[in-house]
Amino acid sequence: MHGPAFRPSPYNRSMTDQALPLRRDRARRRAGSPKRPRRRTSVFGVLGEVLITAGVLVLLFIAWQQWFNDLQVQSGTRDDATKLSQQFAKTPAKAPAPAGQPVVTPAAADTQQFGVLYIPRFGADYKVPLAGGTDTVGTLNKGEVGHYDSTQMPGALGNFAVAGHRTTHGAPFANIAQLHVGDHIYVQTAQGWYTYTFRNLEYVKPTQVQVLQQVPDAPDVAASSTDRLITMTSCNPKYSAAERIIAFGVFDSWQPVSQVPTEIAATVKAG
Amino acid sequence: MYSALWHVLPGPWWLRVVILLVLAAAVLFCLVTWVFPLVDSFIQPPNVTVGSH
Repeated sequence: MHGPAFRPSPYNRSMTDQALPLRRDRARRRAGSPKRPRRRTSVFGVLGEVLITAGVLVLLFIAWQQWFNDLQVQSGTRDDATKLSQQFAKTPAKAPAPAGQPVVTPAAADTQQFGVLYIPRFGADYKVPLAGGTDTVGTLNKGEVGHYDSTQMPGALGNFAVAGHRTTHGAPFANIAQLHVGDHIYVQTAQGWYTYTFRNLEYVKPTQVQVLQQVPDAPDVAASSTDRLITMTSCNPKYSAAERIIAFGVFDSWQPVSQVPTEIAATVKAG
Repeated sequence: MYSALWHVLPGPWWLRVVILLVLAAAVLFCLVTWVFPLVDSFIQPPNVTVGSH
């Protein structure tokens, strides 16, 4: 019944007792003979260690890219957004507000920050700068949200369309698929607060630029339309560029810079 | 490779462990500060805009 490794002992020692003298023996050998023969390093041994190291480096990179760098970029964009917000608050808009009409800020230059996006659904501390154009390196990869410069500005008649990363580089639109109907999307510019209400998601091919039209997918009614919309685009599925996820929202209201919307008042104040 | 490193290090085993930990921290710092951002700049993130390829 006993395995081949079992050796009967007159002292009936347990396995741990047997291991002890072995360990002591090894220690004595190490202390006693300084010229203990070192195991020869084999090419395969070194190769194995190099490969294991490379594997660990790749895993570290993924952890850095997917988690650590996102957090770092987000804290940077949050600081930028806070500064922008405070800047807007300090310099009240010069343009007089036409009754009941949102004041629209002029289009921004490429990569120039012109506003701040607040979406409470994405977290209580969520705020991210809006910049002109959808430049990959100058805007999107910095974790900012880029404005399609062919579309309208916030509050204007038509479509205010923006793009942002869903994974990596701060991933400002990481939770775009978690938006609920009725969620508020706040945009702040030097001219005030624009409140949009999330309406629906759509999944389209990367070539479907019709979502950027004044009335998305309906160019023939654009002339008579009085809609003010927001369109947010990102990649779909996550980590892939096979499709685009599109989030549409409709304009709800406009307030001057001094009147911070109550829902995000704490977020705006927080540094 | 690593056994050679262990033998090169001076002092008792605990000192070697401390030195190795410090070395590992230094390597990690260099990776996060310079190497990873450099590598990342060569990786094309998934496109998020419509109409551009």
